[in-house]
Amino acid sequence: MAELTGVHPPGEYPVVVVGSGPGGLQTAYALSRLGVEHAIVSQDDSPGGMFRKWPIYQRLLSWTKPDAPYERTEREYEWYDHNSLIADEPELRATVAAEVDRTYMTPSCSEMERGLAAFAERGGIQVRYGCRWESTRKEEDGYVLVTSEGEYRCRAVVFALGVTDPWKSPIPGIEEVPHYAETPAAREFEGKSVLVIGKRNSGFEIADGLEPWARQIFLVSPRPVQTAVLANATVRVRYFEPLEDAAWGGGTFALDAAVERIERTESGGYRLHANGTTRPGPITLEADAAIAATGFRTPLQDLWELGLGTVADGRIPALTPYWESTTLAGVYFAGNTMQGAAGLRKNGIGSASGTVSGFRYNARLLAQEIAKRLGHKQEWQQLGRGDIVPFLLSELRGGPEIWTQKGYLARAVYPDGSTGIVPLAHFLDHCEHGSIAITIEMNQEGEIYPVSYVRAREEIDERQLPPHALNDFGETEYRAALESLL
Amino acid sequence: MANGEDLVDTLRRFNLFADLDRAQLEAIADPDSERSFGAGERILRRGMSGSGFYVILDGEASVTLGGEELNRLRQGDFFGEISTLLDEPLTADVTAETPVRVLEIPGPRLEAFLLSYPKVMLRMLVTEARRLQEVLAWRS
Repeated sequence: MAELTGVHPPGEYPVVVVGSGPGGLQTAYALSRLGVEHAIVSQDDSPGGMFRKWPIYQRLLSWTKPDAPYERTEREYEWYDHNSLIADEPELRATVAAEVDRTYMTPSCSEMERGLAAFAERGGIQVRYGCRWESTRKEEDGYVLVTSEGEYRCRAVVFALGVTDPWKSPIPGIEEVPHYAETPAAREFEGKSVLVIGKRNSGFEIADGLEPWARQIFLVSPRPVQTAVLANATVRVRYFEPLEDAAWGGGTFALDAAVERIERTESGGYRLHANGTTRPGPITLEADAAIAATGFRTPLQDLWELGLGTVADGRIPALTPYWESTTLAGVYFAGNTMQGAAGLRKNGIGSASGTVSGFRYNARLLAQEIAKRLGHKQEWQQLGRGDIVPFLLSELRGGPEIWTQKGYLARAVYPDGSTGIVPLAHFLDHCEHGSIAITIEMNQEGEIYPVSYVRAREEIDERQLPPHALNDFGETEYRAALESLL
Repeated sequence: MANGEDLVDTLRRFNLFADLDRAQLEAIADPDSERSFGAGERILRRGMSGSGFYVILDGEASVTLGGEELNRLRQGDFFGEISTLLDEPLTADVTAETPVRVLEIPGPRLEAFLLSYPKVMLRMLVTEARRLQEVLAWRS
């Protein structure tokens, strides 16, 4: 029965946000700041529902440093706290940093959940909890979301659903294998040999968690672990022990093999048939237990039927640089799903849009973009001509947007002196003559350096500036390089 | 996934990968290497550095220089290798004319990729030779 009272009851809104994780909360906050009327609905009963389930054995992967070169109330501190949502008001900043007990540099799930709840409460973000989105209709000027509480009509919808539906790769016999999401307590694996299908974060999280319990662990997937890429990634903590164990022959195996089929054995275990990829040849092995750590997908429900384009085996929506579906106008995605907009991926380096640290900035831009589409006027920060170079230098030193979203987000200055953060791809394709953008980028060797982009008629002049031993891009040579752009 | 077909099944139909067995195709078919572009969206931009090697999984893309179309790329065609191999900025724009999906091998990984699959490198070389032959025939 439709409940037509309470917070954001079913009805007509310019924008509806679905989801109350970090992506939904950050988008709702940013829409409120811009004065865009919206409803936010969630099937959960409090913020950050995912963190009550996952990661199964461990902490979050991204850091929150309670102490840093900047105060927690300053904007530059955001770079040192990758889990708190961002806000203009000091009391809404660094809410996860306030919760961490300094056991480790990445927060526990409950610390993250409390930090999110504090943000929602202090920010006055009103969510209609317990309201489940069930289906979708496209209408001439927008969408109708059918929920467990009734129908919501809107011009733009933002899905902040996470990438949370267990997904299994199409391997014969995998239906017999429990998914990562169903993994029981580690002690259940005491003395057992365990087959883990998948060699990505969740596979190694399981392996790492089971190292003290299992007798043997076999991690299997076609592609090798990219140790060179991992070397500079926060996720490497999950790979350390199992990979070291594998390298020393201690009972863990990381096998590069395409799985042909999996079958049950008479004793209730599993038998795997595979073909080696890095080292060709057939592989057969048996294990007492098995786990499919084959990943997750976005719970897209019936959006497929409306023609939603996807990537990654249909697991993630394909998005424009402003996180709109490439096929469904007016359908936007926030949160982890924002990784569906790949950006330029220069030198093979992806965006940080799959983590809170990166997508919290995307959410602010997404809100600006939606406000613009709905006809809201926005005020941009204006710079006098003499202020441009000092401002850009300070951004290169500590601008958290470009530092976090390396090579994806850019700081732009337009010929009229206005400045803002934009997706680099959007800047390159849509900026006018005389516009300037700067980014912080990195290469596969882990060097960090600034890059400038200047639009001169149809051409883009891209210039890579040198790295600096202390990442201090405020020095003379950087000043000279930026002055030459003007 | 397009039309229920997985990435391995798409790749196995392309001339470039015709010599690879299923296990090798599975090793290449990393879903995270798949990228998607809406019609009209730019895939590569002239003058830019740091791009990679791309194989069109489906859709059509145009290669343009100063607004003039030089070439049309379709399913199975590849591009981006010249800029990557020579480590030079891109010399033309590539734009999706329809929704386009590509498989991307990032620039820094192309050399290792080609050395791992010499038969792919040979087929790539044959294609490059044909392209050169066409240019020479056009000039003579």
